[in-house]
Amino acid sequence: MPSLTRASGIAEMPRPPGSGSDRPAHRLAGLRALLATLRHDRFALVSLIFLVCVLVLSLIGPTWLSDEARAMNLRARNAPPFSLDDGWLFVLGADALGRSLLARIIVASQNTIVIAAFAVLLSLLAGSVLGLIAGFRDGWAGALLLRFADAVMSFPTMLLAVIFLYVVEPGIQNVILVLAISRLPIYIRTVRAQVLEIKQRLFVQAAIATGAGTGRILFHHITPMILPTVLNLAALEMAFVMLVESGLSFLGIGIQSPEITWGLMVADGRNYLGSAWWLSFWPGLAIMLVALSLNLLANWLRVAVDPAERWRLETGAGEE
Amino acid sequence: MTHQPLLSIRNLSVHFPGPRGLVRAVENVSWQVDAGRTLAILGESGSGKSVSASAVMNLIDTPPALIPNGEILFEGRDLLTMTAEQRRLLNGKAMSMIFQDPLSALNPVYPVGWQIAETLRVHGVRKDIAHARAVELLDRVGIPEAARRARDYPHQFSGGQRQRIMIASAIALEPKLLVADEPTSALDVTVQAQIIELLKSIQTESGLGMVIITHDLAVADMAAHDVVVMQGGKVVEHGPVAQVMESPTQDYTRKLLDAVPGRGGFAAPHRIAARGDTPLVEARDLCRVYGDPARGVRAVDNARFRVDRGETLGVVGESGSGKSTLARMLLGLDRPTGGEILFDGKPLSGFSRAGMYAFRKRVQFVFQDPTASLHPRMSVFRIISEPWAIHPGVLDRAEWPRRVAELLERVGLRASHAHRYPHQFSGGQRQRIAIARALTLKPDLIVCDEAVSALDVSVQAQVIDLLKELRSDFDLSYVFVAHDLALIRDFASTVLVMNKGRIVEQGEVDRVYDHPTDAYTRQLLGATGAGLGHAA
Repeated sequence: MPSLTRASGIAEMPRPPGSGSDRPAHRLAGLRALLATLRHDRFALVSLIFLVCVLVLSLIGPTWLSDEARAMNLRARNAPPFSLDDGWLFVLGADALGRSLLARIIVASQNTIVIAAFAVLLSLLAGSVLGLIAGFRDGWAGALLLRFADAVMSFPTMLLAVIFLYVVEPGIQNVILVLAISRLPIYIRTVRAQVLEIKQRLFVQAAIATGAGTGRILFHHITPMILPTVLNLAALEMAFVMLVESGLSFLGIGIQSPEITWGLMVADGRNYLGSAWWLSFWPGLAIMLVALSLNLLANWLRVAVDPAERWRLETGAGEE
Repeated sequence: MTHQPLLSIRNLSVHFPGPRGLVRAVENVSWQVDAGRTLAILGESGSGKSVSASAVMNLIDTPPALIPNGEILFEGRDLLTMTAEQRRLLNGKAMSMIFQDPLSALNPVYPVGWQIAETLRVHGVRKDIAHARAVELLDRVGIPEAARRARDYPHQFSGGQRQRIMIASAIALEPKLLVADEPTSALDVTVQAQIIELLKSIQTESGLGMVIITHDLAVADMAAHDVVVMQGGKVVEHGPVAQVMESPTQDYTRKLLDAVPGRGGFAAPHRIAARGDTPLVEARDLCRVYGDPARGVRAVDNARFRVDRGETLGVVGESGSGKSTLARMLLGLDRPTGGEILFDGKPLSGFSRAGMYAFRKRVQFVFQDPTASLHPRMSVFRIISEPWAIHPGVLDRAEWPRRVAELLERVGLRASHAHRYPHQFSGGQRQRIAIARALTLKPDLIVCDEAVSALDVSVQAQVIDLLKELRSDFDLSYVFVAHDLALIRDFASTVLVMNKGRIVEQGEVDRVYDHPTDAYTRQLLGATGAGLGHAA
């Protein structure tokens, strides 16, 4: 594998990627090498560019287009896509009150991304840590965590969210919190199952026999093995969380008007599906594209961080 | 030449298209086998030894593989020009095959008798006759109470019995040719000897021709009449077994033979100068029971032994003898249920957390499977330097790259290998990485659990030489667990023979090997045949 030994020309001899965290220069070089593999995965590259665009729009959107998103234009009620007579903002059509769909999608992206990203991030972090504990510690701690996961899992996500949001005040933070809690078990269970398998592997036993402490075993030996699975799972969860959030908003206990999210837009368009399908279609497409891009990117990451697979992205063999 | 060989392969080449061009798996290979004779195809991993036999059994898919030239003549007819249907009729009926791992070749959800009868039914034998014949066959291959056991499932049999069942199924249709791919490699030595005897007696009865593919010279020596030695896809040497083994004409064959421990006699065993008052390791009435203390499985039963500084203790036994459990207890990965292990005079069970941490710095390990014991996502540099990260203060971080490079060169690898990952190395090289890791902390004791059994014989010899060198350079002690008796005789100073958890015999290697007192030791030594036979 010639491309993997590219670094051998460097005078300072062994330069292990990923090691020596005290050397930021090396870390940067490792990151650059990782990004270089994107060249050979065009789908992932396009996904990354798309996600960066969405992110930029979600940052500047609300300040840039919030007036346009709220401006009603009764003449353009349910205007079909490509109604350019009223300006470029109406390229995707307009909603029942004649508001530009494009502007609304861009403005809504902020809430949508913030809610989905933080809910997924929160459940991923908490779920993974709890899963690591549940898998690594036999005995009461593990059993307790597992029963907790079962209890949460036995409630449908929606029902749990409805009860929770009925008790506390609906709002972005609480929606994030309830979504994170309801999606915890899937991470706990996945991570625990993987930990149970990996901790029996010989290289973990070898680390124990060398005298490695629990922290080192968990974070240096086990986590790198389960991270790709968890990231792939998280990418799938993004889409799920966006849709659950739309359901909550539809019931009126999620995001409150005039705040908008893609999910809420899909739900609002439901009444007009027969006459003006584009009301639900465009925000739905946005959800799908973000989820798809995240999946393709997670897939690329899984291959790129696996030393045994990475050559596919370095030689371009993975494209065929 | 008037007679026609049963199977004859002429100038056969098989190529596989790979990512970096054509892989020439075998190139212009010729060999033949007569009815009633056994041919052994001997070679190390990657030599292409099973490719030509797979071509005979039509197990190679073309495409992707290419067979650019050659013929496979079975009773004078070229198999390569036959239709797929004609070949399917020959497979099983005229020729059949047994594999290394009988468990994966048997279907776990059907009784074994049913599976053998199935082979017969497929070829048109009536149902009740098929079953009776299956029982008969099981009886023939030495399964006791065949009628009753025909209703049992594969997991209820031992490894040796499963291989017997595979043989029963392979000879069910009375084929003329039997191809055995590493038939005994997964089995213990005593079982291996029994299986080879079984194959021989079946051959005498039915006169079938056999092809045994093996990496093990002892198997070739015991089972075959003729031998083909392969290297890099080519036939290096070809001739009657006795002739090839006694007076090889090719350098490669000679190298292969020399690599077998103890061939051409053993040197004087390794001895230590003097025994100190406190042994490095001492086991007192060591027990490990799984399950109920009274009725559970006694994996290790009342083991008593000592290892002194600089000494090498060999532990031999067959699978299930408890030798790996013993190794795990010595490493502190498993707790004894009775008795105790003393390290430097102090009991292991009395160690505090800090004591255990200090103990682990002094005792290192090399496991059997280097692929599994190296973290697949860590570079070689991280793998080797990790012990220093775990035990700070041994070596300054700035010194790590230099010392890793030194260690890699010490075990016969290159310093530039440090930034590679384990999957980029061969099995033998990975084991060297594991040894380099074991040396980082300059331990007093290295526990090797079947450290070389997964390696090819020539690589095995290199690793053993390396371990011997390190032993004299660093005054290391080893506890060396293995099933290969000749290897222990060559490498160890003292030996423990284990059987079903008990130590049946122990002492200095030459004394135990030359004058075994226990019946099991004698049986074990007898079954090893070739390896020790020539030396004794």
